[in-house]
Amino acid sequence: MRRTLVQSIVAPVLSTSLYFVIFGAAIGSRIAEIDGVSYGAFIVPGLIMLSLLTESISNSSFGIYFPKFTGTIFELMSAPVSYVEILLGYVGAAATKSVIIGSIILVTASFFVDLNIAHPIVMVLFLVLTSVSFSLFGFILGIWADGWEKLTIVPILVIMPLTFLGGTFYSISMLPPVWQTISLFNPLVYLISGFRWSFYENADVAVGLSLGMTIGFLVACLLIVRWIFSSGYKLRT
Amino acid sequence: MQPILDIKNLNKTYAGGFEALKNVSLEIKPGEIFALLGPNGAGKTTLINIVCGIVSPTSGSARVRGHDIIDEYRSTRAIIGLVPQELPVETFESVWNTTSFSRGLFGRPPNPEHVEKVLRSLSLWDKKDARIMDLSGGMKRRVLIAKALAHEPDLLFLDEPTAGVDVELRQDMWNVVRELRESGVTVILTTHYIEEAEKMADRVGVINHGEIILVQDKETLMLELGRKQLFLCLNEPLGEIPPILSEHDLELSDDGNELVFTYDSKQERTGITKLMSELDDAGITFHDLNTSQSSLEEIFVGLVHRSR
Repeated sequence: MRRTLVQSIVAPVLSTSLYFVIFGAAIGSRIAEIDGVSYGAFIVPGLIMLSLLTESISNSSFGIYFPKFTGTIFELMSAPVSYVEILLGYVGAAATKSVIIGSIILVTASFFVDLNIAHPIVMVLFLVLTSVSFSLFGFILGIWADGWEKLTIVPILVIMPLTFLGGTFYSISMLPPVWQTISLFNPLVYLISGFRWSFYENADVAVGLSLGMTIGFLVACLLIVRWIFSSGYKLRT
Repeated sequence: MQPILDIKNLNKTYAGGFEALKNVSLEIKPGEIFALLGPNGAGKTTLINIVCGIVSPTSGSARVRGHDIIDEYRSTRAIIGLVPQELPVETFESVWNTTSFSRGLFGRPPNPEHVEKVLRSLSLWDKKDARIMDLSGGMKRRVLIAKALAHEPDLLFLDEPTAGVDVELRQDMWNVVRELRESGVTVILTTHYIEEAEKMADRVGVINHGEIILVQDKETLMLELGRKQLFLCLNEPLGEIPPILSEHDLELSDDGNELVFTYDSKQERTGITKLMSELDDAGITFHDLNTSQSSLEEIFVGLVHRSR
């Protein structure tokens, strides 16, 4: 329990607090408001999304990969539990943890900046949808990976750059027109934009489109997981 | 009596084309100890893994207490316990937690008394709060058995349970298996130690190249396929077997001091009386004699050799 608290809760809260100290207070105080929101407050949704994505992916991918690595997955495969129950266990746990972390970061942020959540229900909806979707993505990653390298390469080389380039620290309207167009191919732009809209009613893309893209990603992940279970891919020979 | 495990025409071909099981059919009676013997790669573990749900069969069926292992997997898996060949354990968990978790995973309500009983029977009670990573290999093997017994299975698979464990632990495990049988649990074990099968099993099955080549009561098997030998310790060493004794199946030891007569104990006339008479005629005397029955190991090696 203590290990879980330190590794899973304290560490992400500490790292996000550092982002607030550096980008919110130190640098942010010298940056002008964006769409009428102080820079410190502007980056809060992006930072929560950043933690949510990385935590959801790492928790669920490590969660399923570790039993595969140690061989203890034999017990799960031989237990009287269905695939849906296995999925609920792993993805449910990872998503719950991510929502808790996201909420804690939100509370932490309120100590550094003045927060205003214009649409709390939409905010919670994005929080939950993103956590579940990326926990599913992490679960797929954990099943696919057959080594530690594969497990870490996708979050580091794909997810992290996409998050940073997805408007975590800026509005994509601040980019040159060409880069604005390129950014629209980054799926994380829609997540961050929609989540930010729930706070400040400012968005790079329409909130309906953001919600649609998030649900689309969730459905795509569910379809892949369904195929994994029906084919037994890397689970049953 | 309905078999607790009924396997019919089971086949398994892996993605690479390797045929691990070829039309395997097998019935296991409730309450028996069944030893499944076979060389490495014969298909023992594949067979067990299919019944437990870890490997998908290519064709054929398996039923546990009349329930299909695929369509009614909840019913079948809930009453099966598996101790795998390797030592996959939750490194960071305590013995108590991992054993209790296994009970819950298999759908049983918490029962600390039963978990305690299992841990005590496997001499693990003193280690209940120890992390598994701190245990020795033998202790980890005990933990795996405890996990398999936590949900009170009716059918227990022991896949090479005593591979790499010391003599004391092996004795402990044999005692546990005996106790399980007395409580009505059916045990299917695979082992490389044929001595183990000889001591424990009621019935023996031999599998080779994915095919069951024999299933029989152990006693009958040893009687039917076993050979008996008569060893005569001679008073004077012989240079060679005298021609007068050539009609007998005789072998002379290298030093010429022992004459070995192999015979079929099931025959009405074993030839022993005639041999004794002819030895007397040839003036060959001996000061000691003894007989021995060939072991299950010799029978097993003979069967596997023949099936190649």
